[in-house]
Amino acid sequence: MNPALPARRASALGFAATLALGLAILFGAPHVLDTFGLVQCTGFAALAMFGLSQGFVWGFAGVMSFGQAAFLGLGGYAYAVSVINMGDSSIPVLLSILVPMAFAGLLGYFMFYGRISDAYIGVITLTVSVILFQLVNATSGSQYRIGTAELGGFNGIPAIPALNAPFHPDEPLDFDGIWYAAMGALILVYGFLRAVLAARLGRVIVAIRENEVRAQLIGYDPRLYKLIAFMLAAGVAGLAGCLYANWGGFISPTVFALPMSAQVIIYVLVGGLGTLVGPMLGAVLIQALIIAAGSQTVVDSNLGLGLVLVGFVLLVPQGLLPVARSAALRLVDRVRDPRPGKAADTLATESAR
Amino acid sequence: MTPPGATLRPLIEARGVTMRFGGVTAVADVDFTLGEVELRCLIGPNGAGKSTFFKILTGQLKPSEGRIRLRDTDITGAEPHAIARLGVGIKTQVPNVFNGLTVHENVFVAAARRKSLTRTRAIVDETLTRLGLTGIAGRLVGQLAHGQRQWVEIATVLAQEPELILLDEPAAGMTHEEVHRTAALIREINRTHALIVVEHDMPFIRMIAKTVTVFNQGRILVEDTVERVLADPRVRDVYLGKQAA
Repeated sequence: MNPALPARRASALGFAATLALGLAILFGAPHVLDTFGLVQCTGFAALAMFGLSQGFVWGFAGVMSFGQAAFLGLGGYAYAVSVINMGDSSIPVLLSILVPMAFAGLLGYFMFYGRISDAYIGVITLTVSVILFQLVNATSGSQYRIGTAELGGFNGIPAIPALNAPFHPDEPLDFDGIWYAAMGALILVYGFLRAVLAARLGRVIVAIRENEVRAQLIGYDPRLYKLIAFMLAAGVAGLAGCLYANWGGFISPTVFALPMSAQVIIYVLVGGLGTLVGPMLGAVLIQALIIAAGSQTVVDSNLGLGLVLVGFVLLVPQGLLPVARSAALRLVDRVRDPRPGKAADTLATESAR
Repeated sequence: MTPPGATLRPLIEARGVTMRFGGVTAVADVDFTLGEVELRCLIGPNGAGKSTFFKILTGQLKPSEGRIRLRDTDITGAEPHAIARLGVGIKTQVPNVFNGLTVHENVFVAAARRKSLTRTRAIVDETLTRLGLTGIAGRLVGQLAHGQRQWVEIATVLAQEPELILLDEPAAGMTHEEVHRTAALIREINRTHALIVVEHDMPFIRMIAKTVTVFNQGRILVEDTVERVLADPRVRDVYLGKQAA
């Protein structure tokens, strides 16, 4: 009946496979890895969440937010400051999501309702993250404190209390617990964003990316939908910041800095723009690469990394995931039906999530 | 100005609409009235201001002067999405479609505003069947031929269930057979909806039109039945490039 169905089925299958893989990693990792490996993976999960945020706002909403680090940092600092003041991590986790969302709401309102063009949105978001970096960097000295939390300027905030069981500040999570929290949150957020994209809200957000004029002419206000997408992505980045602060028990202004914003764009480019799994994959790959590059002495690590990125942009401009998927689809198609050239086009949008 | 009898109230009424771009006046002091369930064709040479007038009606441009009313609402200078919500749908001259989405998704997004999922699905199925797009519902719109993209755009306009439909050159780039189907579709839509159609194709105009408004140099040159307009020497002159003073 409905020709869109096979594509939708492929999309559902991809979602189920990703979910299964995520759950396998969630429960498998603590048994396979030692504590050091697990902590490293917790960091990967936090950065994968950050990648998810950039992948959603840029790849699906088409909003060129090149300063997602602003929201990562705000989330991290919101968590750090509030958990030091409150002692219990339950409300600080919520604040790490809500504070960046509120900030994004304000910033986005002026950008989208002020009809700022796409390129300038990139410039403004990037600038805002740099301003926040400078601002927080300049808070050295005990006079800069929020409640009992000293902001600490460029030294950052050390010894941030870790997550605890909800509303039980006397039961802090150990390394295993933080891993479960980080990876579990990543899976939940991925599922949430998938649900958003499958719902009417997400379809309209993607439609606006495709053609803003048409979306307006059928009665949707693009400004509102872009603002919603921008705020959602800010909340995800904020939660990533909370996990990031938990991973090291430490946060410093570098979370706001330019390299952080650049890095997450690279995650998305390497993994695949217009997908959700791609940016997560990109985050893990790039981070693993950075660690590997740092532990060898043959080439300068930044140079090596730069070469890898240039290679990616030249050779796999679509990103890893779309390329791997179309290769797999072609293979399946050839096995099932030896006539060439059929499957790829119908599957392009629905499964690209 | 609005007559007291509600049945005589026009669907859309433009008064003294003027659009200036710098020193160029694209639309000059246009008065235009369209009744409920009326079909009107707009013709005129290139640059006569037809598409600009459409953009003013849909809120894509704010007129320099003049007022526009849609039934009882003053829509002068309103946002395009607000005008669309009041029941105005437009197929633009250059197709505005969601190229990266499938035909089905294009129509779905148009149908989904403020409607339940069941209702939306019913509208989508009905619209796709009506326009004969069911067979290509899974195709990406960006990969379709120009004529098919026009039909997808018409489908999104219909799926939005507007009361006034503006079609800017709906037959452009279509094959002879597609033109006939489009004319039949327009006549069918006109049984329940008001339409304004901009078109250059005279045989096509003859197929659908009752009343024709001729634009020239941003002004309304003449407005009359299709037979009289097409027999009018002034109309022939402006199409041939001779300007009637």
